[in-house]
Amino acid sequence: MSIMSYNGGAAIAMKGKNCVAIASDLRFGIQAQTVGMDFEKVFPMSDRLYLGLTGLATDVQTVVQKLAFQLKLYELRENRPISPKTFLSVVSNVLYEKRFGPYFIEPVIAGLDPKTSEPFIASCDLIGCPMEPEDFVVTGTCAVQMYGMCEALWQPDMEPDQLFECVSQALLNSVDRDAGSGWGAVVHIVEADKVTTRRLKARMD
Amino acid sequence: MATTVSCLELPKGGFSFDNCARNARLEERGLTRPKFRKTGTTIVGLVFEDGVILGADTRATEDTIVADKNCSKIHYIAPNIYCCGAGTAADTEKTTEMISSNLQLHRYRTGRPNRVATANRMLKQYLYRYQGYVSAALVLGGVDCNGPHLYSIHPHGSTDKLPYVTMGSGSLAAMATFEAGYKANMKKADAMQLVRDAVAAGIFNDLGSGSNVDLCIIGKDMKVEYLRPFDVANKKGVRQGNYSYKPGTTAVLSKSIKQIKYDIVSESVQEDMDTS
Repeated sequence: MSIMSYNGGAAIAMKGKNCVAIASDLRFGIQAQTVGMDFEKVFPMSDRLYLGLTGLATDVQTVVQKLAFQLKLYELRENRPISPKTFLSVVSNVLYEKRFGPYFIEPVIAGLDPKTSEPFIASCDLIGCPMEPEDFVVTGTCAVQMYGMCEALWQPDMEPDQLFECVSQALLNSVDRDAGSGWGAVVHIVEADKVTTRRLKARMD
Repeated sequence: MATTVSCLELPKGGFSFDNCARNARLEERGLTRPKFRKTGTTIVGLVFEDGVILGADTRATEDTIVADKNCSKIHYIAPNIYCCGAGTAADTEKTTEMISSNLQLHRYRTGRPNRVATANRMLKQYLYRYQGYVSAALVLGGVDCNGPHLYSIHPHGSTDKLPYVTMGSGSLAAMATFEAGYKANMKKADAMQLVRDAVAAGIFNDLGSGSNVDLCIIGKDMKVEYLRPFDVANKKGVRQGNYSYKPGTTAVLSKSIKQIKYDIVSESVQEDMDTS
């Protein structure tokens, strides 16, 4: 068994028209045994910037605390909110520092630029190789399923409501085909003036 | 610092081996370490009459999954030097980034453009220091006061200076194309076509390479043409059906909305002009 699938879990981010979506499942397990059903893997980093982390749960918590610390130092030093692109560099460098003894996590980043409100999504592999695609990013034990769902469902310039349905259905149908993730889901839709957070009804098996 | 790791310390630079012991213990217990994202790649370079051309495909893979269908593998090193990367994607990205920064400092110090030989020497010494564990296979090309130069740099730090080079998993297919078609002092258009054909050979014959062809042409006048994409070798089909879900399909348990205070970046008020 891979270390990455020891605890299970999935996260996804998508670009829409002037909005982004980021979502995760809620399972926390130890191999086949489910231990928790309220383990959110998406963390708010600032007003319009969210970070999703999947992989080994201990590293998820370590890395999110490390990044929150770095982010606060940045905001104190610069006296302005961080841009998502800069935050990607921070994440990438924190992970690449551990190139030869990595954290077993794969992050996704979703947010709007604080100045231009430009939608931004990105992901890294576990040693911090950044990737900024046009459409969607997925990580977790059912990444393969999510690639398939997103490839079929995603289309450019989706409105927030449409984006919510798209990301929710992509995530729910993917986790249903993966024993390691599921047990509820949480979806954040980030717009310039508000963030809508929804908990989804999902299969609990 | 190794044993007293505090969250409230900023890293001092360089690699950290803090997790290595723990990771080794996890592996002892039968948990396998995951694979890194690779650019199982076709990257090529060619010297022509009026400079150098670098070419690359745009596929990034994680094992057999295509992780990125349009990634950029031709990295900026200096205004007159670019570098294609193959191997572990993070290594190529970070190695070229770091050398690029050091060359920028070098330019500030010396006040003149970098030489390609300098970039080559910095890269090979860095890679040799890590004995091949930083797995970056590079094609370095550029133009300086001594004319156009093209190097291939292997992960262990050995380098070749040749008129045409290929690297990555598609290097065999690409080299076959070069061997058949290369001539000394080619015209720009012919050289571009040959580089495209070499990368395309990788795209179509090597599973690790795919999607588009990117080109970067650095002329003897140090003018750079970065063509991305130069050629869309694989066009995505048009979706026939509409697979979007109707609003309200997804069952929602709870919903909360957080309003974000708008930061006013600028404000201007246009008043009616007094025309009386």
